[in-house]
Amino acid sequence: MAPSVLTAQRGRYAWDWTDWAAHLYLLAGVVLMFGPIAWLGLSSLKSETGLNLFPPTFLPYEQATVDAGERGKLRLFKVTEGDHQGETLAELRRIGRQAQLIDPAHPETIIRRPGAAREPVMQVRAAVENYSGLFSQFNFLRYFWNSGFITVVATLLTLLVNSMAAFGLSKYRFQGREPVFLLMLATLMIPPTIVLVPNYLIATELGLTNSLWGVIWPAVATPTGVFLLRQYMLTLPDELIEAARMDNASEWRIYWRIILPLSAPALAVLAIFSVMWRWNEFLWPMVVLSRSEVYTLPLALNSFQGELTTQWNYLLAMTVVTLVPITVIFAILQKHITQGIASAGVK
Amino acid sequence: MFRSLIAATLALAAGLSAAQAADIRVACYSDGNECEATAELSARFMKENPDINVVIDKMAYTAILESLPVQLAGGNGPDVARVTLFGTVAKYFLDLTPYLKDPAYWETNFGGSLSWMRKDAADKGIYGLATQMTVTGPIVNKSLFDQASVAIPGPKATWDDWAAAAQKVAKATGTPYGMAWDRSGHRFAGPAISYGAKYFNADGSLAVVDDGFKAMATRLIGWANDGTFEKDVWASAGGGSYRDAFNEFANGKIAVYLSGSWQVTRLQKQIGDAFDWVVAGNPCGPAACSGMPGGAGFVAFKGTKHPKEVARWLEWLASAPVYAEWMSMTSNIPGHAGLQKGGVTYHLTPAGNAAIKAFSANAPAISPVAYKLVGSPLSGSIYTASAERISQAMSGQITTDQAFARVTQDLADAAAAARK
Amino acid sequence: MTPLTTLFGVVMNLPERPMRWAQGRLREGRLGWVFVAPNLAVFALFSFLPVAIDIYYALTGGTALLPSERPYVGAENFSSLLVCDNYFDADSCRRDVFWHGIWNTLRFVVFQVGLMLSLSLVTALVLNRKIIGRGFFRAAFFYPVLLSPVVVALIWKWILQREGVLNAGFASVGAAPVNWLLDANWAFFWSVFVSIWAHMGFYTLILLAGLQAIPAEVHEAASMDATPPFRHFRKITLPLLMPNLLVVLVLGLIRAVQMFDEVYVLTGGGPGTATTFIVQYIYKTGFADQVRQYGLAAAASLLLAFVLLGLTLVQLKGMRRGA
Repeated sequence: MAPSVLTAQRGRYAWDWTDWAAHLYLLAGVVLMFGPIAWLGLSSLKSETGLNLFPPTFLPYEQATVDAGERGKLRLFKVTEGDHQGETLAELRRIGRQAQLIDPAHPETIIRRPGAAREPVMQVRAAVENYSGLFSQFNFLRYFWNSGFITVVATLLTLLVNSMAAFGLSKYRFQGREPVFLLMLATLMIPPTIVLVPNYLIATELGLTNSLWGVIWPAVATPTGVFLLRQYMLTLPDELIEAARMDNASEWRIYWRIILPLSAPALAVLAIFSVMWRWNEFLWPMVVLSRSEVYTLPLALNSFQGELTTQWNYLLAMTVVTLVPITVIFAILQKHITQGIASAGVK
Repeated sequence: MFRSLIAATLALAAGLSAAQAADIRVACYSDGNECEATAELSARFMKENPDINVVIDKMAYTAILESLPVQLAGGNGPDVARVTLFGTVAKYFLDLTPYLKDPAYWETNFGGSLSWMRKDAADKGIYGLATQMTVTGPIVNKSLFDQASVAIPGPKATWDDWAAAAQKVAKATGTPYGMAWDRSGHRFAGPAISYGAKYFNADGSLAVVDDGFKAMATRLIGWANDGTFEKDVWASAGGGSYRDAFNEFANGKIAVYLSGSWQVTRLQKQIGDAFDWVVAGNPCGPAACSGMPGGAGFVAFKGTKHPKEVARWLEWLASAPVYAEWMSMTSNIPGHAGLQKGGVTYHLTPAGNAAIKAFSANAPAISPVAYKLVGSPLSGSIYTASAERISQAMSGQITTDQAFARVTQDLADAAAAARK
Repeated sequence: MTPLTTLFGVVMNLPERPMRWAQGRLREGRLGWVFVAPNLAVFALFSFLPVAIDIYYALTGGTALLPSERPYVGAENFSSLLVCDNYFDADSCRRDVFWHGIWNTLRFVVFQVGLMLSLSLVTALVLNRKIIGRGFFRAAFFYPVLLSPVVVALIWKWILQREGVLNAGFASVGAAPVNWLLDANWAFFWSVFVSIWAHMGFYTLILLAGLQAIPAEVHEAASMDATPPFRHFRKITLPLLMPNLLVVLVLGLIRAVQMFDEVYVLTGGGPGTATTFIVQYIYKTGFADQVRQYGLAAAASLLLAFVLLGLTLVQLKGMRRGA
């Protein structure tokens, strides 16, 4: 890497080669990061047939058609050899190896050609029916509301519960503090797959199955959240708390009037993670929510996957639709994180 | 704050569980439009039976496979579910016999699939309704055969003949591979049975790796290594994961594709008239010319509060006219013996119609071993072990003999665990 | 003040009185417990209790899911996992896939964490410069983190399949197509690559936060002394960044050990067992197989947790020394 890249010297006016290298690196990174996602977006506009085409096309293509009155919509072909070479004709029908074609301008003459001597005329067409089909096929707004409710409520609770724990663990000295912190961290090590069944049995006992709260409650205590917030709160000076205690502020007040606002950057980071986790969560909701009125978007999305076949066109469209809200939230929160981090850096 | 949230929780939970008198919850998955078609028909049923409310919850197949057993164990399962590996949830099945008006009709027409849902030969219960029957068979890119001037092998041709023909076509037409099979131990079982695999001892215990199994596995690995068979589909995945070779076939990259009757709608839609395709009879071996049967079914669970209503709904769906309409809507082969003889009118293209007919015609040649395998409570484990271990050998990670030993061991473990 | 913030203020003031009451009664230390309690309660219910149930599962056999229906088998599940002729040759083990999973996971952790840490650090350093459109670049690198693992895997599967976008690109410049997922080494490479692609933004963000928290005066002082850049980086930036680096290391390690969804959907663990990781074995044994050997899956995950716990303790020791 370039030497001055390592030291972040700012305020110079002339661009040296390290600036070029840095921008080049970032541009390449953006292509790598966004390329696949852009491709996802374009693919979601392809028809089922277009999606499975080898080699894959970049834009959504579809065979061009022409309206031939009472004969309905006919597909267009370009003749590749023989008498009508180079002409664009509409196919009437195909019998064995013979194709019957007509010239759209002179529909009365039927031209017979070998089937192999023609190739389809392709045109760009966005398969918007992938999207409109979603809305007509199922109760999209319901799923959207369910996902949104879980995401918002779980995130608020996560922020509250985790920050309280982080406050307790960073600003109080008590016996068992270290073991409790380690114990909480240790839950990071439990792969979600393995606690699925016991968790389901517990949720059943608590009457949480087929309820949105069944997804929310297990999610509000996150080891990552406690860890991030605790590390951040450790950097806040204890003198602030001492001063507040002198002013006879209650401990709760210290927590939520002093520590919480100061932890805003860390909270913003946790908020965005919580939103992301809950919005995308699949495995646990799949087990705990089995009725369509409580489905979340990822559950609805995955219902396009069967045993033997998957309806990719709908699945991709649904993926894009699911991505939109989280992208918007990210775009908004991202700014706050930036500012939060910047202000934290000035201190 | 906490208390008010818990109160809200309880209120919400109560609101959701306040079910109506006869709600039937159906956990369903679709490979095409099965759930949608069922919902459409059920709407008509509910008009005729206003006291019953059928709710179809469409979910991912993985949800049925993985979550359903957990939900049933916890006592929160649905009333009915569309299941294909019946053994996984068999202990929760509800015997519908006492609630059915005409159990004999079920025995006569759905006998084959009913036996798959039963625990053993002594079990006479009626546990559910087949949502379709599937039959495996080779799908052939006729245009490629024509181009190569190779005749499609006839009804008595063996898998060896087919492999040779497919390879010849691939060479002549510059197609990357001659043949591909879905990555599935179920698909593999058809050819293996044709080559003499028995899968079970006479007493019903497992004996999967026998000479017939070995013969077909060895051939398959050989074809993969000499380029006849598209290795990607099998060797590039791990475990028992299912992969199909549909895209390769639809794009004209393979001449012969072993899959099944569920592909017909997709094939006609995606191939269009890009090339001619036909379904052939299952290739032969020394023992049989067998494909594999299969199919899913709506099964009822003991936990239901409305067994009578469930039975009424299923009986309505099972009645010949409704069932025929259902099969026509989903373009599936009926699991109904009476209707299999041509009682269903399909709305397919000529190629699609011919394909359904050809798949149906493959049904009589299916070996009894194949039916027994599908009905085994360990069928899923057998499929997984075959696909996983044969793929490992195909990719060169282990030897063929090691693969056979592992299949035997995996299944011994599964059988031992299932016994406990 | 909007009604919402007023409401929020009122709600958040509710605990004031009971807390004051508790404050009068409890010593300062005990008050810490009050703040920790809600979090701990949720953990107890949905993490510790399930693990306890899992320990019971690990000691019992059969396929039943209700603990009460399972027969006790003692350490049988553990011992069957540990039978090997040669621990370095997974194929010689009784449970070969489990051992393949262990070795692959170790290999994956080393490559993935090492590479991801370096790339995140470089990216964070670059982003910490005076960059045109920095907000945009930062967001761009972070964006894939928002995608669910299944979506990530599906996107890359389409790119990497034999007739996929990458090979189409190769073909357009006249190069021969490569079967990316059929070759064990390539499949492993792409597993590492895709997981870095999907998670790097998260770690970059944490490191960038650390870099920006370094006061500008520190750098200015150093540049006045004309410290050479590499030395400056090693002696000033790196030590000050250490806490963030450790956070990234711990989280990255744990995530890497638990890697599952992305790779499972991308490669299915193949070819052979080249990308089968330990969690995939657990998942397959306990969930995906028709006969669910749940005890075996629980035993395997307890062994995994044991290893992870050891790793983390070492990490934490290092962190305490660093902090």
